[in-house]
Amino acid sequence: MTPARLLARIGRVVLTVLAAFGRVALFGLDALSHIFRPPYYPREFFWALLNIGWLSLPVVGLTAIFTGGALALQIYAGGARFNAEAVVPQIVAIGMVRELGPVLVGLMIAARVTSSIAAEIATMKVTEQIDALVTLSTHPMKYLTAPRVLAALVTVPVLVGVGDIIGIAGGYTVATQNLGFNSAAYLKNTVDFLELRDIVSSLVKGAAFGVIAAIMGCYYGMNSGRGAQGVGRATKGSVEAAAVLILAANFVLTGVFFSL
Amino acid sequence: MIRMENVHKTFGDNHVLQGLNLEIPKGSSMVIIGGSGTGKSVALKCILGLIAPDSGKIYVDGKDASTGDRDAFLARFGMLFQGGALFDSLPVWQNVAFRLLRGSLKRPADEAREIAIEKLRRVGLRAKVADLYPSELSGGMQKRVGLARAIAAEPEIIFFDEPTTGLDPIMSGVINDLIREIVVEMGATAMTITHDMSSVRAIADNVAMLHDGVIQWTGPVSQMDASGDPYLEQFITGSAEGPIEAVR
Repeated sequence: MTPARLLARIGRVVLTVLAAFGRVALFGLDALSHIFRPPYYPREFFWALLNIGWLSLPVVGLTAIFTGGALALQIYAGGARFNAEAVVPQIVAIGMVRELGPVLVGLMIAARVTSSIAAEIATMKVTEQIDALVTLSTHPMKYLTAPRVLAALVTVPVLVGVGDIIGIAGGYTVATQNLGFNSAAYLKNTVDFLELRDIVSSLVKGAAFGVIAAIMGCYYGMNSGRGAQGVGRATKGSVEAAAVLILAANFVLTGVFFSL
Repeated sequence: MIRMENVHKTFGDNHVLQGLNLEIPKGSSMVIIGGSGTGKSVALKCILGLIAPDSGKIYVDGKDASTGDRDAFLARFGMLFQGGALFDSLPVWQNVAFRLLRGSLKRPADEAREIAIEKLRRVGLRAKVADLYPSELSGGMQKRVGLARAIAAEPEIIFFDEPTTGLDPIMSGVINDLIREIVVEMGATAMTITHDMSSVRAIADNVAMLHDGVIQWTGPVSQMDASGDPYLEQFITGSAEGPIEAVR
């Protein structure tokens, strides 16, 4: 392959990737703008709240409690190498609130909610339900996308907050029951060590990850191909894209909150 | 009246519509026939604005369909989709009354439900069907619900996309009769896409044969059998021999 052809091929790939980012960004901005413009569909919003928020609680709670417990064990074992076992409460708290809580909840939402949104909307597209919405004078972005994005924006920070608390509780349970920590001292160390900035960063990450998860589900659903294969591809693509974007956004937001 | 002037639409290398010209007089029932993949549904979706034509003009009552208030434009239409396109998450009555529960035609829920039940009765379904979900209905019942939804807001123009596909001959006959009755009763302009010749004879005032992206023949249904057009004759007889290639 000549250098010119290689360059052309690289250029095509770069342009394709940039175009894809552009399409997703325009879709996301359009979706967010519809949140603020009537008509509003409260029934759809409350269904999305229920599905994204309430029904995700079990999986978020279980993920957080096992992660918090495992984190306590790891920090205790690692800290023992240089006589620093006592830092378990502080590191569990900071690890859960700053990093693991938001990221794991975000990834769980990507797995559970993004896939469900993408599959539902893609099926609606394949069965002409989206076209039917349009002929019934209903804008699909307002009826399908805006309620889900708003619900994710509202509920995922709450889920992250709940996940943080349950994760810390998991660490507390393991530390006090298995590792011999004093209950009151553990709680005091946890509360004293956490700063407002830690909690704010956790909730902001939750909001950002929620928006990413919902937008990717809607985007892939609305742009799905035909048939069962199209629905399958849309679902798989949405989860992959949401997970990668959540991890990338986590890196950026961590830099914004803790490097300044 | 609906008028399509020199409408072109291409998907990739596939030139689906290649200068489509068609007129549907107000209050008449036009049936468009043609083989699978000849662009019948694309033509219909171009009128509704679901697909933007590459070139050409579409007029509804003399006004350009691509301009003006979109909601007001769509409020004049009802559409029965090929697969019904009922919303799985809503019970039947909310599907039928969808347009009456939101937007510019919004009414109180009780009134909308009553209208939905009346429309369901009109298409031969009992009131108890109203609270079922689409997945609990047979294919024929779903078509009827789709039909009830299409007429719920009493539109001036109704589109029927393959209304009898997937139905047994008796149910097809029932749906054809219903469509004819409803169109006559409401005085609506109707456009139906089908390749079912029994539907054509039951529903049509006028017929248009679409092939190779253009209208090959159009005229009153009474003249269809004696048209002398080789494309139309092959389509009516279902012969493999003729100008339409069997392998596409």
